[in-house]
Amino acid sequence: MDFPYLSIIALSPILFAVLILMLPKERGENARMLGLAAMVLGLVLSLYVYIATYQSLPEAGAPWAESLRFVEEHSWVPALDLNYIVGVDGLSATLVLLTSIVGLGGVLVSWSIEDRPREFYAFFMLLVAGVHGVFVAVDAFLLFFFYELAVLPMYVLIVVWGWKVSREYAAMKLTLYLLIGSFVSFIAFLVLYFTPVDGGAPLRTFDLRIWSEASFAFNIQIIWFMPLFLGFGVLAGLWPFHNWSPDGHVAAPTAVSMIHAGVLMKLGAYAAMRVGIQLLPEGAVYWLPFILLLTLVNVVYGAFIAMRQKDMKYLIGYSSVSHMGLVSMGFAALTIAGFTGAGIQMVSHGIMTALFFSVVGMIYDRAHTRDMDELSGMRRALPWTVVAFIIGGLVSMGMPGLSGFIAEFPIFLGVWNGNSLDLNAVFGLNPSNYYGLVAIISVLGIIITAGYVLRAIQSVFFGEYDAEKWHDMRPLMGIDKLVLVGFSVILIVIGVYPAVIAPIVTSGMEPVVERLNVAQQAAQFHGGTLAGSAQHLLEIVAANLSSWLGGA
Amino acid sequence: MNAQLLTTLTWLIPAMPIAAFFIIALFAWRSRTLSWIIAWVAIISSLVMSWTVAISVLGRGLHVLEEHPEQIAGAVQWLPLGDFYQGQWLKMGVAVDPLGAIMLLMVSFATTMIFVYSVGYHNWGHGLGKHKGEPQHDMTEEPLLARFFGYMCLFGGSMLLLVVADNLLLLFVGWELMGFCSYSLIGFWYARNYPQHQEITRIPPREAAKKAFMTTRIADVVMLLGIVFFWWAFGTLDFSEAFTAESFEQVINLVGFGGLGIMTLLLFTGTVGKSAQWPLHVWLPDAMEGPTPVSAIIHAAAMVSAGIFMLLRIFPLIAVSIEGTPYVGLVIAGIGAFTALMAATIALAQYDVKGVLAYSTISQLGFMVAAVGLGAYVPAAFHLITHAFFKALLFLASGSVIHGMEHGAVHVHDHHHDPQDMRNMGGLRHKMPVTFWTFLIGGLALAGFPFITAGFWSKDEIFAEAWYQWSHDAKLLALVVFITLAVAALLTAFYTARQISMTFLGKPRTELAEHAHESSPFMTVPLVLLAVFAVTAGWSGISDRFLGTDGIFYNFFHHYAGAQYFHLMEELHELGLVAHTFETLPWSWIPLIVSLVVALGGLALGWWVYGRRPLESGQPDPMIRTLGPAHGFLNNKWGWDGLYQRLFIGPTAYFSEKIAYELIDRNIIDGILHGIARAFYRTGAAFKRFEEVVISSGVDKIKDGFLSFAKEFRYLQTGKVQEYALISVFIATALAVVVLLINSGLLANIFN
Repeated sequence: MDFPYLSIIALSPILFAVLILMLPKERGENARMLGLAAMVLGLVLSLYVYIATYQSLPEAGAPWAESLRFVEEHSWVPALDLNYIVGVDGLSATLVLLTSIVGLGGVLVSWSIEDRPREFYAFFMLLVAGVHGVFVAVDAFLLFFFYELAVLPMYVLIVVWGWKVSREYAAMKLTLYLLIGSFVSFIAFLVLYFTPVDGGAPLRTFDLRIWSEASFAFNIQIIWFMPLFLGFGVLAGLWPFHNWSPDGHVAAPTAVSMIHAGVLMKLGAYAAMRVGIQLLPEGAVYWLPFILLLTLVNVVYGAFIAMRQKDMKYLIGYSSVSHMGLVSMGFAALTIAGFTGAGIQMVSHGIMTALFFSVVGMIYDRAHTRDMDELSGMRRALPWTVVAFIIGGLVSMGMPGLSGFIAEFPIFLGVWNGNSLDLNAVFGLNPSNYYGLVAIISVLGIIITAGYVLRAIQSVFFGEYDAEKWHDMRPLMGIDKLVLVGFSVILIVIGVYPAVIAPIVTSGMEPVVERLNVAQQAAQFHGGTLAGSAQHLLEIVAANLSSWLGGA
Repeated sequence: MNAQLLTTLTWLIPAMPIAAFFIIALFAWRSRTLSWIIAWVAIISSLVMSWTVAISVLGRGLHVLEEHPEQIAGAVQWLPLGDFYQGQWLKMGVAVDPLGAIMLLMVSFATTMIFVYSVGYHNWGHGLGKHKGEPQHDMTEEPLLARFFGYMCLFGGSMLLLVVADNLLLLFVGWELMGFCSYSLIGFWYARNYPQHQEITRIPPREAAKKAFMTTRIADVVMLLGIVFFWWAFGTLDFSEAFTAESFEQVINLVGFGGLGIMTLLLFTGTVGKSAQWPLHVWLPDAMEGPTPVSAIIHAAAMVSAGIFMLLRIFPLIAVSIEGTPYVGLVIAGIGAFTALMAATIALAQYDVKGVLAYSTISQLGFMVAAVGLGAYVPAAFHLITHAFFKALLFLASGSVIHGMEHGAVHVHDHHHDPQDMRNMGGLRHKMPVTFWTFLIGGLALAGFPFITAGFWSKDEIFAEAWYQWSHDAKLLALVVFITLAVAALLTAFYTARQISMTFLGKPRTELAEHAHESSPFMTVPLVLLAVFAVTAGWSGISDRFLGTDGIFYNFFHHYAGAQYFHLMEELHELGLVAHTFETLPWSWIPLIVSLVVALGGLALGWWVYGRRPLESGQPDPMIRTLGPAHGFLNNKWGWDGLYQRLFIGPTAYFSEKIAYELIDRNIIDGILHGIARAFYRTGAAFKRFEEVVISSGVDKIKDGFLSFAKEFRYLQTGKVQEYALISVFIATALAVVVLLINSGLLANIFN
């Protein structure tokens, strides 16, 4: 492809951000037109990229490098072999489309923002650019660069336009968590950059295509898998590093919450999968049976906490923790069904939370409270939000016929299939012993999800409507309705006819799972008892440390 | 008719009502009249297509059906699972086999009757009601009629979808959609509130809806695990692919009988929820809070029938599990028999006219589940069909009674008495003759009145099967089930006689009953039609060897429903995986005598207590004195609700609030985080003091700025572009430093 579709998708928002900032102050409201233009441009292009990628799905068994489409390659810092390489496979094309959809929704629901609109839209554009960039990056350094580009505007957007009560605390917490997480991952990048491969010279490149075919030494893999995976996993809300996320959701303005829960958390899961699992498959096979337990905590624990929340945004925030746990759980299932489910869950949850947050934002803008005890009878004033919230709620509880089920069913299949994996991995954990049990316990999360969703629907939308208290309630705007309908339709279409998304997601996951399968067969784990494997791990760490120190 | 057309028709059977739901929800919701007309058109066309398809399938003859049970099939690729490059897609399709055909006949007919009835029930054409989300006590038209019919269409469509589904997942789709519809419809009167002190304790509809949804949901997700396990073991979810003798052999090699037993029980849990078996039966009585047509569709045509239907669908699996792992049969039959008896005892002491019927449904479903647990496939299916007819009839008739009572209430302006309380009724026989006669037919069918009613024949089949298993195989479980069900049947006849006597006999006990009058033809015509089926449906299943004859009676139902798995069961029997094939049982007098005694005895006893001298106004129930404190216990429904509240709901709330949120999330995780932050701050403060002492004030300023980093960030709020630019420069510099560091080879030295 000659035309640089991906570069335009990823970089044009930055250009628009500059244009928006150059607007004269008194014409601040024109910012939203520019923002809308940027998002529509992005949506059209990413739709094209999605369709084109879907039409040229890779052959079975093709390595990842060959499954990339729309590749662009430019030299950046030749001395370090840093390159600007972008491209998409099936999964990232899907996520790029998701980002464009949620981004457009975000611009539309912020249509009436009055506080410094130019700056708001400019930072929002930067945020979208960063997220797009991560999904299209084929170079680890570029990926990291865009990752930071996505995190920093979040800080500003929350601190300036956020909820006054908790915005500074939340923004600081979020930024610190994410920065520390990403720096841990970055150190792992540097290790991969400098580590000799196959007894020869180090690769000295950040090109993921080369990394994805290199086989790093087993010891390197099991040491550096965790930093790499967890570093990005923080952004995916992996327990016990999930805590920043609900606080961040609550403090952020509506559009930012939408991007945050809808796309940004996927970015963590995507990066953890793309660089963590794909580059270090043996490390993944070694550690994922353990990570599965963390994700189980995520799913159940997030749901439990969501049940006691009174603030609607906290409720959705914790439900996101629970649902993102399902994504990681799909990865930890180590099978193609689990990965496919995880990929679909990213999209499904992305649209679903965006829908949720837009509903909450619409209510908050009018009622000035998100407290579920105070809100009641919103069905009267804002009938469209009821239907939208119920559809979102049904998706989140995995109702068949909607997208959530299409995601959860393969994930459970994948985890259950883990019963046939015979690995004796870290801490002596053997998937065949407990994967079925994990599937059984995690359904507890789904039951509780139904509980808190019903509770929210009941207390917010039904019940008595106090016409005096809400006398200044204004009806929804056409734009708001458009957003709600758009999101709902996507959720239903995926649920009824999953072929619009499932094959392309599977095609993106296939090479990764292929590598995992190879790693499983090659795996020689010492496993055994808890103490034994801990000792083994320590030995490897010590040996590596001493070799580096010797080198210096 | 050609196969292609039949397949298309089969797709259209569920598609029509579901499409009607969308049409009503999107376009027609403003017009109540148009909505019900659309609903009628949809459901009647489904009825016509269902009967066409079913008769065409059943008409192909017993021999053809036994050879190829699945007569109509069509599937589309739906979701890639596994290696989709090799075409491993999960297919979604429809199929009609003998079981499906029989079910289609029943479901489409009962649903249509309920749709017809609903128009009258909601007082169409009697002026627009003013109370949204509440029953119209002034007998005016329901303002949300369009919404009602929309959900009813989705409900009926989902049930039909479940019936024609050719795989477990599509069945589950219909299953869950019904769960959602029942939630919406039970809570249809979302604004209804009850006064603090009620004679009959009820929870508001919105609570009932939530309870129904949550309870069935618990079962559903367990069932989903069963489906996952099924897929893993069989490698397919398609019934006809999975249920072959070869695949059973493979699966048994793969997971063993133990695994098969667990799979069966996981799937069975779905039925426990959906078909309201103990311990998840608590939602069904409260589901009465919905409008009566909703109760009827839940109790007869859809919802609870779906649970039993699913058991029948996976019957080969159950049969193999029962044979391979004894506890499976014990659990299924035990739960069924216990539920049958427990619910029957509760029904004795209820005063709500619908409440009695609700518990009778639970009890009758227990009969079916117990039958399945004994491996009695045909009797369970037979009772499912006959029960659906007479229970739909009973519910609609009781709705008609309540409707009549409410008319009375409007007439005398008495809104103090509860129109659903049987103590306020009496003497309605003359006021509402059609309702009385149809209710009587339904009641007798429920009680199993011999030789005429459908309920007699189907219950008798269950008794015969249980007795055969005891007398022939000396299976103790069968005897226990036999005795339990006999007692339950006795109680059933008793409380039916009680209900009929209290409602219709004697003199009116309140002004409401005094001024009640017969309902409109919209309501009475469906009653009459259903009454016909409540009688005749049973004649299709008279045993071939009834009274020891041979060749006089033909057990149509047994042969046609049995054709479904006839060959498979023979093959499995040859492999030694199941004990019995679907043989015709030898004649035995004992079950016949028992069912005669319990039905007639129970009715006579009930009539003797309640009918001989009907209750006077204000007279307490004679059973209160007879049963003593036990009556209170039964009236309180054995206290399951309170127990669950203390055992599950309370602790869950406590755990989420105190442990998960406050202790772990806020105290431990946040505590650690804040601890680290504080430690850094203290370290910074210590450095600061160190610097103040050691280093000159010039450097202090920079450091002060650094320490109050967080506060300084507030300057961002000024919104000055140049300051943003400054931040950008800062970030860019930081990145540049990193690049330079790498470039200089410093890091490379460290790492090599």
